[in-house]
Amino acid sequence: MDDIKVYALSTCIHCRNAKKYLDECGVKYNCVHVDELSGDERKEIVQQIKDLNPAVSFPTIVIKDTVVVGYHKDKIDKALEKEGIK
Amino acid sequence: MDAKTLYENLRKIQEPKGYYFNKDMEMTLPLLESLLTNKERHGYMACPCRLANGELEADKDIICPCVYREEDVKEYGACFCALYVSKEYNDGTIEKQYVPERRPPEKILF
Repeated sequence: MDDIKVYALSTCIHCRNAKKYLDECGVKYNCVHVDELSGDERKEIVQQIKDLNPAVSFPTIVIKDTVVVGYHKDKIDKALEKEGIK
Repeated sequence: MDAKTLYENLRKIQEPKGYYFNKDMEMTLPLLESLLTNKERHGYMACPCRLANGELEADKDIICPCVYREEDVKEYGACFCALYVSKEYNDGTIEKQYVPERRPPEKILF
């Protein structure tokens, strides 16, 4: 569960599709809906995303040490394989 | 208002300008619903695929249709969300690709 983290927006279709794909892959992940956060928590999370993906775009998916920006099935697959999850 | 009504209302305005809704309704309807969610949340239809600041002035560039749509549709055939696309995109005569974020991250203030 802690191996995969998804920074997402609750309203974003690419985020929704990416999560659906991870579900189909049968992997567990931890998802943060950044648009539902406020105050310091939001600032802290946005900074975390900036460090991983300077464009601060969504979804930003962290698979152990690999960062996948956007919903790309092939990149998600590669990262899952590289990190020995799938 | 529901997403289908929004679809019809916007379609009449946007199609004559050369912007079409993505024919993939599994993308388009949820995106329109999200626009309505953002209207309720913020009072304006902020882009559903971007992190809105929640203040009109700070989000002017991402009120749908966002200011980045023109360049994105010109370059990729679709806007960042792929809600609005070109005719060629819907016809399948151009390759569908993921649109990279064009909004500068400095615009995220909160």
